[in-house]
Amino acid sequence: MKIDINGKAHDVRGPMLADALEELGYDGKIATAVNEAFVAKTQRAAYVLKDGDRVEVVAPKQGG
Amino acid sequence: MARSFYGVELENALMLGTAQYPSPAILAEAFETSGAAVATVSLRREGGADGSGQDFWRLIQDLKVRVLPNTAGCHTVKEAVTTAQMAREVFETNWIKLEVIGHEDTLQPDVFALVVAAEELTKLGFNVFPYCTEDLTVANRLVNAGCEVLMPWGSPIGSGLGLNNEYGLRTLRAHFPDIPLVVDAGLGVPSHACKAMEMGFDAVLLNTAVAKAGDPVATAAAFALAIEAGRLANEADPMEPRDMAAPSTPVIGKAFL
Repeated sequence: MKIDINGKAHDVRGPMLADALEELGYDGKIATAVNEAFVAKTQRAAYVLKDGDRVEVVAPKQGG
Repeated sequence: MARSFYGVELENALMLGTAQYPSPAILAEAFETSGAAVATVSLRREGGADGSGQDFWRLIQDLKVRVLPNTAGCHTVKEAVTTAQMAREVFETNWIKLEVIGHEDTLQPDVFALVVAAEELTKLGFNVFPYCTEDLTVANRLVNAGCEVLMPWGSPIGSGLGLNNEYGLRTLRAHFPDIPLVVDAGLGVPSHACKAMEMGFDAVLLNTAVAKAGDPVATAAAFALAIEAGRLANEADPMEPRDMAAPSTPVIGKAFL
């Protein structure tokens, strides 16, 4: 399945969001959005990705 | 009179950003030296297994301060609300410093979108700290939207210009005696922070002034002292200024020479 993660094309097995994140090595304190909508951690295991989905994965960063 | 921030009384009035320091060690030392009570943080894209966000998160946890995530860089209500939702999950706090940027040159807030976003986030259970201007009408709208704290700018973010509109800030303080007010953005030197506190503000939020100083740790310490001086001065009910001179030494009893 071809999806975008943080603006880069990835080919993942999926189809669940949680599986795709694990496949790409994401762990720890992260949050996700798919197609600009927030997907809570508790929803990732049941969230079915589709071809062309745009996934954002964010983590803590410095800020003012 | 100590005003609480959504029920939380802060140990001191310094909210310090975590960006642009020369190193993580200097960041940590600046927090320790100044005793800052709140650290502002953000969310950015994470790269896979080698993501640096996890190291930063450990550093923040070690600071043992309250965390205030921001929505920096957001330009729309949707972006800001989604970012806030992600921040709540990552940082495990309902506090959100709501920034909706309206102008690229000044980074001033889009106050119209800000009010809409504040309303939505309040409905979602957030404690919103809106980065706003000193405009009274906007402030009223934000309070009506559910904001229990207001954070007017001193001057544009990162400019170091200080308090550009003292009249506006003073007016805001007078009109909202029960709302905690934080001067957020634009402070450059400790005297700016001292002035804000003398005017009765409850806290100041700054980042660049400390992080980009030649010696961030010493600067953080200087800001902490200035903030405390301003707070004490405000509580001590300073004298009213006047245009004419008035001798401080008694006139009566002066020798006739």
